[in-house]
Amino acid sequence: MTPHLVNVVMSGIFHASILFLVAAGLQVVFGVQKIFNLACGSFYALGAYVGVSAVQAYVSAGGPPALFMLPLVLAGLLVGVVGVVVERALLRFVYERDETFQLLLTFALVLMLEDLIRLTWGTSPLSTGGLYLVYGQVRILGAAVPVYNLIVIAASLVIAAGIGALLTRTAFGRIIRAAADNREMAAALGVDMRWLYAKVFTLGTALGTIGGALVIPATAAMSEMGIELIVEAFAVVVIGGLGSMRGALVGALVVGLLRAVAISVYPELEMLLIYLIVIAVLVLRPRGLFGTAATAA
Amino acid sequence: MTGRLVLATALAGVLVVPLVAPAYHVLLMLPFMAYGVALLGLNLLFGYTGLVSFGHALFLGIGAYTGAFLTHRFGVRSLEVIVVTAAVLGALVAAPVAALCVRYVKIYFGMLTLAFGMVFYTFVLKFYRLTGGDEGTPYLRPSLLGFALDGIPKTDYLTGPYYYYSLAVLILASAVMWRVVHSPFGLCLKTIRDNPAKAETLGIGVRRYRWYAFMISAVYASVGGALLGAPIGNVDPTLAYWTHSGNIVFMTLLGGFASFFGPILGAFVFIYLEDFLKSLAPSSWRLIFGALLAAIVIFAPGGLMGLFRRARPLEASRA
Repeated sequence: MTPHLVNVVMSGIFHASILFLVAAGLQVVFGVQKIFNLACGSFYALGAYVGVSAVQAYVSAGGPPALFMLPLVLAGLLVGVVGVVVERALLRFVYERDETFQLLLTFALVLMLEDLIRLTWGTSPLSTGGLYLVYGQVRILGAAVPVYNLIVIAASLVIAAGIGALLTRTAFGRIIRAAADNREMAAALGVDMRWLYAKVFTLGTALGTIGGALVIPATAAMSEMGIELIVEAFAVVVIGGLGSMRGALVGALVVGLLRAVAISVYPELEMLLIYLIVIAVLVLRPRGLFGTAATAA
Repeated sequence: MTGRLVLATALAGVLVVPLVAPAYHVLLMLPFMAYGVALLGLNLLFGYTGLVSFGHALFLGIGAYTGAFLTHRFGVRSLEVIVVTAAVLGALVAAPVAALCVRYVKIYFGMLTLAFGMVFYTFVLKFYRLTGGDEGTPYLRPSLLGFALDGIPKTDYLTGPYYYYSLAVLILASAVMWRVVHSPFGLCLKTIRDNPAKAETLGIGVRRYRWYAFMISAVYASVGGALLGAPIGNVDPTLAYWTHSGNIVFMTLLGGFASFFGPILGAFVFIYLEDFLKSLAPSSWRLIFGALLAAIVIFAPGGLMGLFRRARPLEASRA
């Protein structure tokens, strides 16, 4: 029983650390720009595909397999620059609009990115082959856990700490928090909102793409992965509270672990359970566990 | 006056389509009319009450599954019974859902409706013994007004009796909705949309009215779902997926949410454009649709109807 339980918990935490990265991207964008970015799942998918391509190119160029994470992470981060393109080319036109229109614009992005991915990489699933187990496995309480999973969990924690430090200890972080709190006041005090929005959206996008790149050795890149992940990331931010980083971390753990437990115990309940919790949270505590935003009419 | 002329022309056109157009185009009109009914309801919530639901595919799903279950499992083939049952079931499900959702507005309303839609989606997807899972449930050919109509070929059935039946439902639904939005009740909804605080001080029970609007829109969407499922002949969970909810909001915006007939026009353009693009560019029609949606959001938030009547003060710019 114990090895099985460890497996369930470890796969839950692995999934949670990926979910956290995507949800953190969603949160930072919502916090500052007040846009709920439905396309964060598509950025995740984009990161995954670019990650696969980078690793495949790296392997065929004869790079040592043990260092495959280098091109993977680099590609995941670099493709985050699509964020600045999207922000400058599309989002900046709708900041003054009703949030419905902002939501629909990100939905338009979902549609466009889905086809762009299909056109570029085709429709069949892509994977990085056997690199997943190149670092071997360790035994924890009798269960075999891939070392790669532990690396990703650690990387996610490091990124979480990094974001925390960025937000609380740097001038840029203070500007982000000030703008999230009161954008008119921040603008009046001399913050160039255009650049801030571009930077914040790029940061949010890069968090999504790096999440996608990191997940890829463990699974295959599929064109539906984006729209499937957005509904989980959505659950994470609702449970944790919109706009809150701590909320994203806790929400990701809740969703990741619940999902893993449900899959092993009663697969029919998987997403149903998560969504029932989402509804319960929205009804009982609409600001989520850590959110602060006022929600009532 | 021109409005009436356009409407009469459109109606005459729709009436003669089965007589003059190839069967292929007539068949495309069927989802258009089904969506038309559903969008009339969605827009009562979106355009008139100011609440955007990102989970209305839930009710399309309820309507379609009602038809599938009644025809396939219970041997009930009468479309009248199906439509009424779909409306009743839609209302039963909507009553608690609406009561919870109308406590919120804007993005939180959208998120809550999306969450309810996904609950329904995962339910029909996962409980395959009951629903057939991702393979879906067959929706057998319904009888119309007591006539079984099983003897005639499928295309003749759909382009003939079923076409006019759908059209009659759409016209009836439009007439009822027209009365609703032009009644004092409709005026109350618009007041709530534009200024909820003022509506409250005027003695309008804001939440109660939002609940009414949600209920009506859910019933409309369920009826639309019942009509949508029959021509396909099989009902599967993708009908209730969140992207489908997004698509129907897209249709509404495409036609113009600030006008009564805008959403119906949006459904028409969406269906034909989708069909055209799918045959023209099978692998990139979503890309084109996405770009189109982005262009509408950025440049023409009033949709096609908004473009037609630029001269009038644009209601859409209230956003």
